[in-house]
Amino acid sequence: MSSPVTPSDFRVPPVDQVALEARAAELASRSIKKDSKRQGLLMAVAMTDLTTLEGKDSPGKVRALCHKALHPQPDAPEVPHVAAVCVYPDLVAVAAETLRGSGVAVASVATGFPAGRTDLSLKLEETRRAVAAGAAEIDMVIDRGAFHAGQFGQVFDEIGQIKEACGEAHLKVILETGELRTFDAIRRACRIALLAGADFLKTSTGKVAPASTMPVVLLMLECARDYYLETGRVVGVKAAGGIRTAKDALRYLVLVNETCGDLWLTPERFRFGASTLLNDLLMQLRRLDTGTYQRPEDFSKD
Amino acid sequence: MTDAPKLASERAAQADPRTLRFGETWAYAAAPEGTDHFEIAERYGLFIDGAFADAAQGATLDTLNPASEERLSSVACGGEADVDRAVAAARRAQPAWAGLPAAERGRFLFRIARLLQERAREFACLETLDGGKPIREARDVDVPLAAAHFFYHAGWADKLELAFPGGRPQPLGVVGQVIPWNFPLLMAAWKIAPALACGNTVVLKPAETTPLTALRLAEVLVQAGLPAGVVNIVTGDGTTGAALVRHPGVDKVAFTGSTAVGKEIQRALAGSGKPLTLELGGKAAHIVLDDASIDQAVEGIVRGIFFNQGHVCCAGSRLLVQESVHDLLVEKLRRRVERIRVGNPMDKNTDMGAINSRAQLERIEALVASGTDQGAKLYQSSCALPDRGYWFRPTFFTEVSQSHRIAQEEIFGPVLSVLTFRTPDEAIEKANNTPYGLSAGVWTDKGSRILWLAARLRAGVVWNNTFNRFDPGSPFGGFRESGFGREGGRQGLRGYVQLDGELLGA
Repeated sequence: MSSPVTPSDFRVPPVDQVALEARAAELASRSIKKDSKRQGLLMAVAMTDLTTLEGKDSPGKVRALCHKALHPQPDAPEVPHVAAVCVYPDLVAVAAETLRGSGVAVASVATGFPAGRTDLSLKLEETRRAVAAGAAEIDMVIDRGAFHAGQFGQVFDEIGQIKEACGEAHLKVILETGELRTFDAIRRACRIALLAGADFLKTSTGKVAPASTMPVVLLMLECARDYYLETGRVVGVKAAGGIRTAKDALRYLVLVNETCGDLWLTPERFRFGASTLLNDLLMQLRRLDTGTYQRPEDFSKD
Repeated sequence: MTDAPKLASERAAQADPRTLRFGETWAYAAAPEGTDHFEIAERYGLFIDGAFADAAQGATLDTLNPASEERLSSVACGGEADVDRAVAAARRAQPAWAGLPAAERGRFLFRIARLLQERAREFACLETLDGGKPIREARDVDVPLAAAHFFYHAGWADKLELAFPGGRPQPLGVVGQVIPWNFPLLMAAWKIAPALACGNTVVLKPAETTPLTALRLAEVLVQAGLPAGVVNIVTGDGTTGAALVRHPGVDKVAFTGSTAVGKEIQRALAGSGKPLTLELGGKAAHIVLDDASIDQAVEGIVRGIFFNQGHVCCAGSRLLVQESVHDLLVEKLRRRVERIRVGNPMDKNTDMGAINSRAQLERIEALVASGTDQGAKLYQSSCALPDRGYWFRPTFFTEVSQSHRIAQEEIFGPVLSVLTFRTPDEAIEKANNTPYGLSAGVWTDKGSRILWLAARLRAGVVWNNTFNRFDPGSPFGGFRESGFGREGGRQGLRGYVQLDGELLGA
């Protein structure tokens, strides 16, 4: 930012909950058929951050997931690889080795994911190490405690420092909207993250309910759109957590298509953070070709 | 994935770094609602005394699909003899209908509501084909609300004593009802449901251009086993409606339509002592204050004026924006209007359909021309329009003054006039500076301001941080040239009962 950011920069216009939810519901009723459905499903595959974030994640599990990411449907060459594989920091090296040169990025959660309740110096160190191990994308969590305490400057500064620690890596800022609760708070958090240099606004860790919802993502898209019109900088949006069906994915894409438009309809600008979504996308694609549903067992689980 | 268009849009965006691009990457395939699940007859008769019959004179009217100008069907055009026969049938049926146990009347209304729900898809399709409104609205608004009105009034049928404590409510007798073409089924439900709940019988005259759903409703009434003559539906043109409202055998008249016709009816009934309710035109003020949630206000504005192609008596057709947020709001509105999907009303992704008739299209065109002539600044969506049918682009005017015709007259189309104000007092002054008073809207984040404004707006309905939301439990109706009487809610029942000690008619 050319001029220093002041607390008044964190003020945002109010959000009307009822009308926002009504607009999201209206867009959710779009009917996506035939070719546009196929195109939407393929886009959604290419926008997926295939994610595993569990205590029992092992090198073997991560390698298997990477192979799935590279070839979601080995017998269907038209199905693209996913955008990224998202893992915990200690498994970045494993994923990076498997994915090297493939075009599938390694994303790592960092900054004491998912709570973020750890010292800033540790968050910075964790970020640097994940990047050094090969993460091209860092998914950080904001300090929700500081946010609720009204310490917006602290939230802003922390994002800025993590961004610096990322170096060349892209920074996705997880707002954990399920802990912010109100749309007014979410809009303010978006504003702070945008001003602090986020490359992506991301809804959730997936560890808190509710995770991603249509109205929340609509609001984030509006924030990203307005910020672009204000500054010329395009910031992406990532809907993460709770998106399990192709139908939901298409609804999110409709939000993107009619709110932000073409510039965001690319894996560079819109992502799904999901683990089970991919197979439903593949199943729906297969159904478009064959007219029948196949058993879930016909698609590799990882 | 199509790479080429995306690259083209990115190149264009580089040339002008702050331009949003839409529709080059992902266009939706056509998603037309199917029409193989119902049939439209070649011709329809009048529904009198429980059966369909041709008009005495044999006259018919064609009804068109305004989106294609193709003929859908012919309906009988009722004359004085037909109206006479319908009123006589209603008169014969009335004592027995009013004499039923009230809960029995409620059961018929419940049955009608359920049948409407069961046949919702067919009604939605028919409404869209006959009237031009998008199937999404017919499906999500018109038909569910029509069913809701029957459900709601079914509940009142045996509780009228509670609605008028000590008033000993009695039916009025035979009611003549004339309804407009903008919400054909919904207006029929608004009229018929409370009349029947209160023990009246009905002669209903649907609009000339949109008779098909009322006639389909007649089929539902038969299916529900409603006794013959309780509801009679006489299709036709303006002369049919005039014959009905002037008929000496009618005990009460309810009319929804234009202010000019409403005044004629009131003159015709003057001195007769017959109760009359009128729901007429409007020129609603939609007020946006500087602290409003602007993105959602824009959604409300769009819903307020482009819902049903603006063929809505309570449409938010005058936008009053606080000057300090005018430029931002107009910019956002311009972008949003550009996103409205105009086209085949039967496509499930269409947001705005066809203008109802050629005559209405010409009225809209004339008023928009006057706006340009009087110096207002025109903005229209660049959307493509179909070759056939009656179409008008989503339109708004800025730099509109109170004295412009487009700020004063009801356009009844997808045309918004944007005016500004500086203080809340000025907003009230401008909002009330109209002969109409049907509805108004207020967008502000501040509760105290909502209450302050709502108390001063001369309008029957004031929507806060929303617009064009309807519920059978909420009374709807106007002030001044927007009419009198209420529809819906407990207040709506008042137009269909006489209370102890009242001497009406004879």
